Formats: sequence, structure tokens, C-alpha cells
Amino acid sequence: MWYRGGVGQWSWILHRVTGVGVLVFLCLHILDTFLIILGPEQYNHIIALYRVPLFRVMEVGLFASVLFHALNGVRIILIDFWVDLTRFQRRLFYAEVACFVVVMIPVAYLMLRPVFGW
Amino acid sequence: MLVDVRIKRFRPEQDAQPRWAAYRVEAEPTDRVLDALNTVKWRHDGSLAFRRSCAHGICGSDAMMINGRNRLACKVLIRDLRPPIVIEPMRGFPVAKDLIVDMDGFFAKYRSVKPYLITEEPAPQAERPQSPEQRERFEDTTKCILCGACTTSCPSFWANREYLGPAAIVQAHRFLFDSRDHGAAERLPVLNERSGVWRCRTIFNCTEACPRGINVTKAIGEVKKLLLRQSVK
Ligand code: SF4
Ligand code: FES
Repeated sequence: MWYRGGVGQWSWILHRVTGVGVLVFLCLHILDTFLIILGPEQYNHIIALYRVPLFRVMEVGLFASVLFHALNGVRIILIDFWVDLTRFQRRLFYAEVACFVVVMIPVAYLMLRPVFGW
Repeated sequence: MLVDVRIKRFRPEQDAQPRWAAYRVEAEPTDRVLDALNTVKWRHDGSLAFRRSCAHGICGSDAMMINGRNRLACKVLIRDLRPPIVIEPMRGFPVAKDLIVDMDGFFAKYRSVKPYLITEEPAPQAERPQSPEQRERFEDTTKCILCGACTTSCPSFWANREYLGPAAIVQAHRFLFDSRDHGAAERLPVLNERSGVWRCRTIFNCTEACPRGINVTKAIGEVKKLLLRQSVK
């Protein structure tokens, strides 16, 4: 199913992918919180998994997903309510990407610093 | 010059699956894709089937997927494409033969939004006057030639063939925003259904595909807002 759509198509696909990603994490998170019924020791043992560096990197991915999904959602809402913005849809998308990068750089740095000892 | 043309062909009487056919045709850079298709049909293989009528971008017969995008074959110049030229039927409609798709469903949806003037006012002696501003309100959507390029570029339509699709909504818009028309009560319920405007995810493929340059996404957005205002009232 290959179609050469514009940025709107790609942002829509990313919106779906990040949405499903965040949902999967949420289910996982509900599950791990639920594990408290096994007792505090078991729980701590399992939760310690989150401190593995790989998990930190995945958490950065999670943050990126939430951020993209939120920014893109705002872009769609703006366009849906102020339909004249449709003329600038591409520029709005590039502005969204710029915001994403500006937020992501410091956040990724701060989140990864402890694990990589920067 | 010689250009390579690859066409996705399907002959229902002998093919179980569509297959690709390659042709090398003589063409000028300033020729249109439609000219190349004609050359294939007239010189190489007379069995090739495609629709075309006006050959000037006004009848809407020859929308097809050209190098991954929906275009009118009669409006794309060969020099503007990177070879080879890859031509497929529009996506999402059943293929009848080669590049010819079955558009019955498309036109059924078109009819479902009642694309004609609805009014109780008696017909006047002369015309029904309208100010330039009133006319301007729906100018953009009067340009539609019902080619189907928008609807078959829409991921929401590919996912759910029940979706009315951008073209039918554009047609509804053309009458909903016409000051002479009073048919909103008949049209809006159709647009408000599960298969109506709310399936639109603001993806913009339709707007980018429209060979008439209609801002399709804006028209759909205006219909959405009209429905919203109606339900808030
Ligand atoms: S809105 Fe544009 S792309 Fe869609 S049917 Fe009309 S002319 Fe074709
Ligand atoms: S043949 Fe009429 S629009 Fe192309």
C-alpha cells in the first residue's frame, strides 16, 4: 500500500504509531503496578528492571512519543477549528518538528546523563 | 526520446492477479502521460484499456496513480516525471480492466449528498440573484470535476470503503454554502453519520491530489464545523 502522500500522511502515520506505543506502555505500567500484590520485595525486584540503561533509552522513546503525539494533536486541532490554517499545513508541520527538536534535545540529555555518566 | 512506461495491467478474462507490463515508447518531453498511453495503445498493444475523454483536464475521466500519486494523465507532462513512468489504477475502487476502475460506489455516494439545488422558493421569472460575496463563499468547491483522485488518495477511504470520501463532501459543501440552497436538513444527517465527515483525519492527501487545486481539507473542515454548530445549538 504505497502512496506518495505529503507530510500530512507521514505525520498521520507517526501519530498512529506513537499513539499505539504510548497505549502499550500504559498497559504495561498498569500491569507492573498491579504486581504489588506479590508483596513489596517481589515488586521492588521487578521494578528494578526500570533502572537498566536500556530501559532509560526506551523511556526517552516514550517521552518522544508522548511529545510528538501531543504536538501533532494540537496541530490537527488548530487546523480543524481554524480551517484557514489549511493553507499553511506544511509550514505548521515543520514548526511542529522544530518544537519537537527544541524540547527533545535537553530532555534526552537530562534523561540519559545519569546512565551514560555524562 | 524514448521513455519507459510501466503499467499495472489486469484483464479480468485471463488474469487472476494484476501484472506489470513494460513498454518503451517514443515521446516528446512536452507530451503528456496521456499521449504516452495513447502511443502504447495505438502502436504497441491495442488491448490496453483506460478512460479519457476531453484530454484537457476538464472531464475527470483519466485520474490514475502516476509515479505514486493520483493525477490526471492529461495534465502531467512527461518532463516533470522521473522515469520510468509507473502507472496504476486509482486505489480503493474495484478494477474493471487495466486502468479502468468501477466508480459506481463513488457516484452512489455523490448522489447520497443530494448534489442539486433544494429550495421551496418558487422558481423566479429570471435567475435567483446572489451577491459576489455569496457566490465567493462556495467558489472553490464548484471547480470539482468528480475525477475521484481525492477519494482514492485518502487513507481513511482505503481503510473503510463505506466512508463518503472527500469528493462527495466537496459536492455537499458546494450546495451547503450556497445562499440559494435550503437543503441542509436533508444533507447534514448523511454527513453526520459514522461513514460521514468524521472519518476525515485531516491528512491532506486529498488536497494534494486534487487536479483542480481545490482546498479539499478546508471544505471538509467547514462542513465539520457546520455540523458542530448545528449540534451545539
Ligand atoms: S475534489 Fe478535486 S480530486 Fe476530488 S473529485 Fe473533485 S476535482 Fe477530483
Ligand atoms: S481526459 Fe478529461 S480530464 Fe483528462
